[in-house]
Amino acid sequence: MTVEVTPELFASVPDANGRFGQFGGKFVAETLMTALTELQALYASLKSDASFIAEFDRDLAHYVGRPSPLYEASRLSDQIGGARIFLKREDLNHTGAHKVNNTIGQALLAKYMGKRRVIAETGAGQHGVATATVAARLGLECHVFMGEEDIRRQSLNVYRMKLLGADVVPVTSGSRTLKDAMNEAMRDWVTNVDSTFYIIGTVAGPHPYPMLVRDFQSVIGREARTQSLSQTGKLPDALVACVGGGSNAIGLFHPFLQDLGVEMYGVEAGGKGLSTGQHAAPLSVGSPGVLHGNRTYLMQDDDGQILETHSVSAGLDYPGVGPEHAWLKDIGRVRYVTADDRETLEAFHRLTRIEGIMPALETAHALAYAEKLASEMSPNQHIIVNLSGRGDKDILTVAALEGIEV
Amino acid sequence: MSRLTGVFAKLKAQRKKALIPYVVAGDPSPSGTVELLHQLVAAGADVLEVGVPFSDPMSEGLVIQLGHERALANGMTLRGVLDIITDFRRDNTHTPVVMMGYANPIERFGYDSFAEASSVAGVDGLITVDLPPEEVGRLDHALIQVGIDNIFLISPTTENERIETIVARARGFIYYVAVKGVTGSGQIDVNEVAQRVGVIRGMTDLPVAVGFGIKDADSASHVAQVADAVVVGSALIDEMVRKSRADASLEEIQIHEAAVQLLKRIRSGVDSSPS
Repeated sequence: MTVEVTPELFASVPDANGRFGQFGGKFVAETLMTALTELQALYASLKSDASFIAEFDRDLAHYVGRPSPLYEASRLSDQIGGARIFLKREDLNHTGAHKVNNTIGQALLAKYMGKRRVIAETGAGQHGVATATVAARLGLECHVFMGEEDIRRQSLNVYRMKLLGADVVPVTSGSRTLKDAMNEAMRDWVTNVDSTFYIIGTVAGPHPYPMLVRDFQSVIGREARTQSLSQTGKLPDALVACVGGGSNAIGLFHPFLQDLGVEMYGVEAGGKGLSTGQHAAPLSVGSPGVLHGNRTYLMQDDDGQILETHSVSAGLDYPGVGPEHAWLKDIGRVRYVTADDRETLEAFHRLTRIEGIMPALETAHALAYAEKLASEMSPNQHIIVNLSGRGDKDILTVAALEGIEV
Repeated sequence: MSRLTGVFAKLKAQRKKALIPYVVAGDPSPSGTVELLHQLVAAGADVLEVGVPFSDPMSEGLVIQLGHERALANGMTLRGVLDIITDFRRDNTHTPVVMMGYANPIERFGYDSFAEASSVAGVDGLITVDLPPEEVGRLDHALIQVGIDNIFLISPTTENERIETIVARARGFIYYVAVKGVTGSGQIDVNEVAQRVGVIRGMTDLPVAVGFGIKDADSASHVAQVADAVVVGSALIDEMVRKSRADASLEEIQIHEAAVQLLKRIRSGVDSSPS
């Protein structure tokens, strides 16, 4: 790629067609095109609308509990050595993860469009719970599509969604995980497009979703930037976040993209190891293609069929990634790396035991890499890790992996 | 004159409507698909629509999704579909073949190589569900170079202004998606279809095919009154699945027979429609 990376570059994407360089776009069936155009127009008008912004900010403050703290994990830093590690505590949000920032925003858009029915796809269940939560609060009918395999490994979140009044629809096609849940949500949307708002949980899907999810999640990075300046007197030296679809990562990264001195690392799920093929690391070892409405890096075979993925964490078990990440990789602004299942579990235990903070398994991927990174940096540097979610939902998975009956 | 244009012109002169069956290449088996295509032509197909299996067929209902899964499990690939069409062309040079699939296998193949290989195989048209006009430009250009028609879809949600820009780029025929939904779903509203097809006809002289939601001779007959062509897919595949489930000892050609019989009934429904 020969794009010159200047601070101005980042404000130029996506273009009017939803492109981030060669990535992004609107690769959907004709039936959905009008709905996407309407959403795009509505969002363009509300984006700078003072009352819309005020309503969003009010909900984030009083319903979600923002701003979330930037916490210095000193005991962890002492044990690891090297750079100071700060955690952006998205796990303290209402519902326990960053996902709710986006569902609040999209539910507001649904309200402005007069749609009374919302649908969502979910992997780990965090986005499903966050959608069911805002639907309950606004009195909307809510259907959450979830792969049968994920329903099995995230039974606590399934029950949470049901308690919140959502209908959890098991998806039995394909690999029965997040990608298949997204296929099924798209099928529902195309069928009920007049009455239904599709609340996509990550920075993927057709334009304008990658842009609007990014904008709603960017509150993470804006707060972190201010907090870093006030707590340390400077910007962080590096940012680290896990990447499945990539919404928590883009939320942290985006407000820092123009600060070219801040290094960024997106951590994909290395699964059982990149050489085994059993992982979910399209940016690390995939190739460009088209899935779920956008062009991006994918895990695919030579015939263009999408491959099944593996990760210990349901939320990263996805063969694609948001198109802005694909672009950030190609222009070299963000480095994409991996942490495998074993390193992830170690990081999960370490943070739990040393800081008394139990991270989601998705988040533990970021921690695993951040520890390595910190150990190679100096004590006058600091890293911000996006602590994107809490790990309560994963305790049965962790117990099962360790042969413990709860 | 392209094969598609020729067939539609001939049918128009005979005051007949085209019947377009859809099957998935490689389902029930890769070795049987060529024979199935010949059987469908013998049963009254004017144009063949050949599905290219994809791991994530987002616009398909369950019946066709499972067809894609079976085809992939049988090892079917995009190259394999082109080989099937090449084989079919050895014994049939007059029936137009339209491929229908999703963008990613074509992206992987490469647009120019794909267009070239399709042309050599004897493909006449291409429907790529997830390449709307906004995204199909580069592929469309490659198809034009080799004389293959990119078939554009128009749906119940497509606004008139947009229809105008779509028909301006269209070749071969227009594919009107009769229901909001996935393939094989929903109940077709004939009055609404008539009204929408009327709007499209006001903007183009290209033939208009109607698909999604046509299940039997009766619905086909109604649609044929307003359209130039009737597309039927899920119902044919469903018939074959039922037959093979009912008797596991059947030869594949006997399973095909279930689709053949339904297609013949639909053919008579289409032909009985007053035009």
